[in-house]
Amino acid sequence: MIRKLRSLIIPGIDKDLLVKDATKLMPDLSRRRFIASGASFGALTLLTGCDVSDSLSAENLLTHMSKFNDMVQARIFNPNTLAPTYSEKDIKRPFPFNAFYAEDDAPDVDGKEWKLEVSGLVQNKKSWTLDELHKLPEVSQITRHICVEGWSAIGSWQGTPLRDFLKLVGADTNAKWVHFRCAEDYTSSLDMPTAMHAQTQMTFKFDNQLLPRAYGFPMKIRVPTKLGFKNPKYVVAMEVTNDYKGGYWEDQGYNDFSGS
Amino acid sequence: MSSITAAGDRAATKVTNTKVIQPAWVRVVHWVNAVAIVLMIMSGWQIYNASPLFNFTFSSSITLGGWLGGGIMWHLAAMWLLVINGLVYLTLGMVTGRFRKKLLPISAKGVLDDTKAAVTGKLSHADLSTYNQVQRLLYTGIIVVGILIVLSGLAIWKPVQLQYLTALFGGYDTARYVHFFMMAAIVGFLVIHVALALIVPKSLRAMIIGR
Repeated sequence: MIRKLRSLIIPGIDKDLLVKDATKLMPDLSRRRFIASGASFGALTLLTGCDVSDSLSAENLLTHMSKFNDMVQARIFNPNTLAPTYSEKDIKRPFPFNAFYAEDDAPDVDGKEWKLEVSGLVQNKKSWTLDELHKLPEVSQITRHICVEGWSAIGSWQGTPLRDFLKLVGADTNAKWVHFRCAEDYTSSLDMPTAMHAQTQMTFKFDNQLLPRAYGFPMKIRVPTKLGFKNPKYVVAMEVTNDYKGGYWEDQGYNDFSGS
Repeated sequence: MSSITAAGDRAATKVTNTKVIQPAWVRVVHWVNAVAIVLMIMSGWQIYNASPLFNFTFSSSITLGGWLGGGIMWHLAAMWLLVINGLVYLTLGMVTGRFRKKLLPISAKGVLDDTKAAVTGKLSHADLSTYNQVQRLLYTGIIVVGILIVLSGLAIWKPVQLQYLTALFGGYDTARYVHFFMMAAIVGFLVIHVALALIVPKSLRAMIIGR
């Protein structure tokens, strides 16, 4: 499943030869400086403020552009803009199952044993049982789930707003990230502005029924302002942190912000 | 007095002989756009393959990025090149009067006449500085397609933040189809465009060295 990012490099171009050819065309002084700077696209673009010691490769350039796009998207993100909502009749039934494994291999979590671990920059680090979480105020949303693959499906999710929970546990909402870890070791990070968005939800029900195994029992994080892979299922731990901890797909090259 | 006029005439003749058909800015944005559009199409095909709209996928030999994540990286990097270059083109096209001078007027009759002349091999290519009616229609059309593919792309990329734009395209799913068909229109244009440039090589030369 984990495919090498190597394949991003333009096929048929030997990057070492390319650098060699380019440096031949330069006068001595600039050639020396160019080589000293690691002959980087970063040094040439400066646009992304990247490290000049990076080596010349399409892969590097693309990674920098993806980070630049994270920054642009964070600026475009308006915390007051709500994702469009739909009516009951728009709900996709059956709602598609999607993961990096088959549905039969989805985690089968025992709700009685399960606890949500809360850690990091929070005042109250107690773990929460499912019964305790089910007692929190419930809100409902019918929104469009958009997969990074391109397809979309409208679903109905019920749960408690993540921002209310973060306040409840005394989270430092000036922290940068809320990082989630799941039963199958899937991980994902949400930037704090998105975590604090009114529609970002700790979800316990789908279509007003207890969340079935396929959709992330016992808890999913529903984020209608993000692509599907930033909506973790089977969540077991939540950490408020200033350190970027990436995620399962983010680490493989999916754009980190991936905002809708 | 007469010698001055003669010198003036000679200069005028020289200017017409070495008349610039495609000014430098047009050539630069044309080739930057060519690179950007090829990157966008090939990476777009990669993304399409992850969730095909139709009963076919694009061969991996003509897609860019190696996998979905790589395709998205290329697509969202090359989009800056395409959009910034496109904005430069539209701005200069309007400011310099190029669009008005080169692309207008277009008439249905003119297009029909020139199409007829083209298929019967009677269309003149003597003066490359003036576009015939078919060229005007195609070049104007592809500008509109270019604007639509960027807007529908934005509608797919930001269906929450730009939800009014997405709604304008009939919603997220419909915007994907619009984006696809605009790509198909560009590919169709490219086939004709490249074929004709090869049939009339001096037009290709003009786009490279200007004359």
